[in-house]
Amino acid sequence: MPVTEERIRPARVVVTALVALMFAITQLPDVIEKARPELLLLLVIYWSLSAPRIAGLTFAWVCGLALDLLTGPILGQHALAFLLVAFLTHKFQLRMRVFPIWHQTLTVFMLLALYEFIVFWIDGIIGPAITTWTRWLPVLTSTLLWPVLVAFLDTWNRRRNR
Amino acid sequence: MVTVSADSRPIIGRGPSLGARFFFLAILSIAVMVLDHRTQYLETARIWMSAALHPLNAVVDAPYAFWNWLTSSFADRARLREENAALAEELRIARIKLLHYEALVEENRRLRELRDASDGIGERTLIAEIMNVSVEAFRHRIRINKGAYDGVYEGQPVIDAFGIVGQVARLDMFSSQVILITDAEHAIPVQVNRNGIRSLAMGTGQLGTLSLPFMTVDADIQVGDLLVSSGFDGIFPAGYPVATVTTVRRNPAETFATVEAKPLALLDRDREVLLLWPNTPRGAASRDASMTDTAAEPSLSNPPEQQSTATPPASQ
Repeated sequence: MPVTEERIRPARVVVTALVALMFAITQLPDVIEKARPELLLLLVIYWSLSAPRIAGLTFAWVCGLALDLLTGPILGQHALAFLLVAFLTHKFQLRMRVFPIWHQTLTVFMLLALYEFIVFWIDGIIGPAITTWTRWLPVLTSTLLWPVLVAFLDTWNRRRNR
Repeated sequence: MVTVSADSRPIIGRGPSLGARFFFLAILSIAVMVLDHRTQYLETARIWMSAALHPLNAVVDAPYAFWNWLTSSFADRARLREENAALAEELRIARIKLLHYEALVEENRRLRELRDASDGIGERTLIAEIMNVSVEAFRHRIRINKGAYDGVYEGQPVIDAFGIVGQVARLDMFSSQVILITDAEHAIPVQVNRNGIRSLAMGTGQLGTLSLPFMTVDADIQVGDLLVSSGFDGIFPAGYPVATVTTVRRNPAETFATVEAKPLALLDRDREVLLLWPNTPRGAASRDASMTDTAAEPSLSNPPEQQSTATPPASQ
């Protein structure tokens, strides 16, 4: 039986977002530091798909702003990138939900690439941007994380709501 | 798959349309970015918002802090005695050096009085701990546990026991971001200690390297030269060690030599750093200002100017 959105409590969305924010500032070993997955963005996409009434555009924007406050060079950079990704996700929400998982992962890959590009672009506007290829690594690791995250969160949502 | 746990009711037809909301928030983000980048209007708002988010920093830092506390409070007796002995030895050496220093300070003061230009020597300092939270993987920034609440200001110099570490780049309520001198967006005016040649030391984005792009091929600079801060930016007080020169490559066909230097501060190993309140007298500050044409005396009232002097390569 599909889980309806009423059963997904807003607290769950907020708690996962807070955990993802903490993950974004946790120190990792140097080797994987540069490939840190964009967990918060994946969560924004996931909740935009499965709970669009709770996780709207404003939610995505606030998440991005929080990330700016904790890490970014200026306010609004990640907020804008998060907003654009959330907008596209909402726009194609009905279609993306019925995609097979590999197709969905591919779409998420494109969204992540777009996100990274926007951040890169704004970096370039405000100062010398970092142009090493390693800054695109998070796109790859995040894409690989997507199926795992979906499986985990779907199971969690179903079990706790039965 | 997301399909299983999805809500399939239409989301259209409630409130403003998706496009309108997107448009509004996008305009808002761009406005925020422009205001934050070009002006200081958002400073207060950001400090308060970051205060609300500070618990996240504290929670992430907590395990490391707890572990440090644990290891230090259960350190065994033998090690403590050893450490104590070593520190006592160090203190003795430092005292002996200080005897000499006192005399030099006095002499320096008298000489400066003669020249009617007294540079501040008594400086206020505050020890800050580096928090174990990562700021950004691709920038050389660290977060320290002192912020606006402790009187820290933007553009404040940060040093450690060996040299200049960087300056406060973004101020939060209870913590602040420090930009290291090796960050690609940072530049610091330096002077060769041996002969007083002035130049700029730019960060390269690599932790162990600074580059001095404006040294002409015939400039008198050698490997091993000590670079100290010249104080011409009005941010870093003069005379603090910054780096030692590691490479000098001269190609007669070019105007500038390739000069690289290694920072003296232990940028990747520090646990604690020192915040500095240099008390530059007004006269000296205006003298500096005339030379760099933008610098001003460090104070809370004009952080934007200080920021801009320290980061000339950032395109405005």
